[in-house]
Amino acid sequence: MPAVVRGALNLAALALAVIVLVALPDLVEVFDLMQITLFAAMGVLALSLGFIWGFGGILSFGQTAFFGIGGYTYAVAAINLGDSTGAIALAICVPAIVAGMIGYFAFYGRISDVYLGVITLTVTLILFDAVNSTAGDEYRIGKAALGGFNGMPSVPTFNLPGDPSTVLDPTQGWYATGGALIVVYGLLRLILGSRFGRIAVAVRENEVRASLLGYDPRIIRLAVFVIGGAIAGLGGALYTNWGAFVSPTIFSLSLSAEIIIWITVGGLGTLIGPVIGCFLIQYLTSQIGSQQTFNSNLILGAILIAFVLLLPKGLIPTLRDLVMKAARALPRRGTAIEASEKLVGAK
Amino acid sequence: MAEPVPLLRTKNLTMRFGGVVASNNVDFTLGEVELRCLIGPNGAGKSTFFKMLTGQLVPSSGTIAFRGRPIAGAASHEIARLGIGIKTQVPNVFNGLPVRENIWLAARRRNTPTQTKRLVDEVLHKIRLTERANELVGYLSHGQRQWVEIGTVLAGEPELILLDEPAAGMTDEETVRTAEIIREINTTRALIVVEHDMQFIKMIAKTVTVFHQGQILMEDTIDVVMRDQRVRDVYLGKRIAA
Repeated sequence: MPAVVRGALNLAALALAVIVLVALPDLVEVFDLMQITLFAAMGVLALSLGFIWGFGGILSFGQTAFFGIGGYTYAVAAINLGDSTGAIALAICVPAIVAGMIGYFAFYGRISDVYLGVITLTVTLILFDAVNSTAGDEYRIGKAALGGFNGMPSVPTFNLPGDPSTVLDPTQGWYATGGALIVVYGLLRLILGSRFGRIAVAVRENEVRASLLGYDPRIIRLAVFVIGGAIAGLGGALYTNWGAFVSPTIFSLSLSAEIIIWITVGGLGTLIGPVIGCFLIQYLTSQIGSQQTFNSNLILGAILIAFVLLLPKGLIPTLRDLVMKAARALPRRGTAIEASEKLVGAK
Repeated sequence: MAEPVPLLRTKNLTMRFGGVVASNNVDFTLGEVELRCLIGPNGAGKSTFFKMLTGQLVPSSGTIAFRGRPIAGAASHEIARLGIGIKTQVPNVFNGLPVRENIWLAARRRNTPTQTKRLVDEVLHKIRLTERANELVGYLSHGQRQWVEIGTVLAGEPELILLDEPAAGMTDEETVRTAEIIREINTTRALIVVEHDMQFIKMIAKTVTVFHQGQILMEDTIDVVMRDQRVRDVYLGKRIAA
């Protein structure tokens, strides 16, 4: 695809997303809007793994660790500060720092891909256990009690930046969450178009060649991982804000696995794929959940197997390939028509 | 008394893998803008030697000096930044990326965007892949992928270029073109070329170093080397007889 066409398509998609963002509250009921707000918060999480896995080649089984740290950081900070502005900033920074520490030891210690998956998974499980066992009243950070397995209820939700007295209503909450998803998407697009993003993809493609060209793969991988951690943290803050509640299930194994399914369904190596996969699967599981005829985990597993066997590239890349094929076939048909017209003319 | 510092000098360079000595006390010197060919049978230690020069292997003992600066054991990207570029034996390219992006990545490290663009166009022209610049490297033939890799090395503008079997898998025409490119590069840069194809060596060689069992067997002009009985015995004998 020529760069100009790609750029135009990206801008068109962005414009469409903004229109949906603005128009949606008038089109759907508040209950559905809340539901879609949750999907968007999860979409940010999907983007974080979609970025580090699809473009950095780093498969983290524990992206929920950063999501959960973000969620808890937001809750603790919002309760203590009484203002969501700084709490959101902290919910981005703290997971980024934790990702930096884990990533430093992993990438500079030359830990290979599979073990990184194991380590991230383990970190998530440790966090789950650790937070689960903070039920006692002695586990508090400032004014905020961690609450162990009960979680932290009545977390202050988003307010207008710097104005704690004006709390966002559900519609404004949608604007904040959906807007965050669009901004993160746009930022990742910019990163991927930049020199750094292109080098990151090169490191994914061939680490040896990248280092023989003079790029240090360790620092590139680390930077990608930290960006992923920061985005997952923002997702966690959005999630906590959505329900005004956070509990250790945020670190659960099933959520970790579900993100991987979103990306496999939507398409690894794209940015929009993980978001679409996330929305589709969440919509599906919420529908299944409300009907209670099938077990949603069973259906999820079946979907994953079906995609791996039938559409291993995922929805978006498969669709893209089809469109490209059609686009290539069209001009050929054009020349065929011309040729036949010439033939007819000759007669 | 003041001897000029050579571009590259190794002393007692040794690499052991368990009980196997892949490189044994190699003393090697290369001058500025020199073109050197390395020959030797499989397992003679040529690729191991290259891997030590580029930081892919840390030598068991011995030293490597690049313009007098010790580089043995430094990381690959640090050595690359000092100005040593390598085309490895098995092509190391970004298969999932277009040809142009491969060259761009190499060129962009030291250049501004405008300079990079000019350099990329220049290199694409040199490796004759301008027309295929937007194709994915993974879809190209083996010979063309070799050129893409040579192109990435050129775009990095290194002072010393190592080419490990650059003509492998190329058609005769492509091989001739590769020899041309090498001579062209050699007007300004130093090169070390490992090759098995003696026709190719004859096209480019001035001085030849023969490796055998991890050691340097001899070092002389191509004609002397090819007449040498020991070299024939270890390496050339079968081919010349055939």
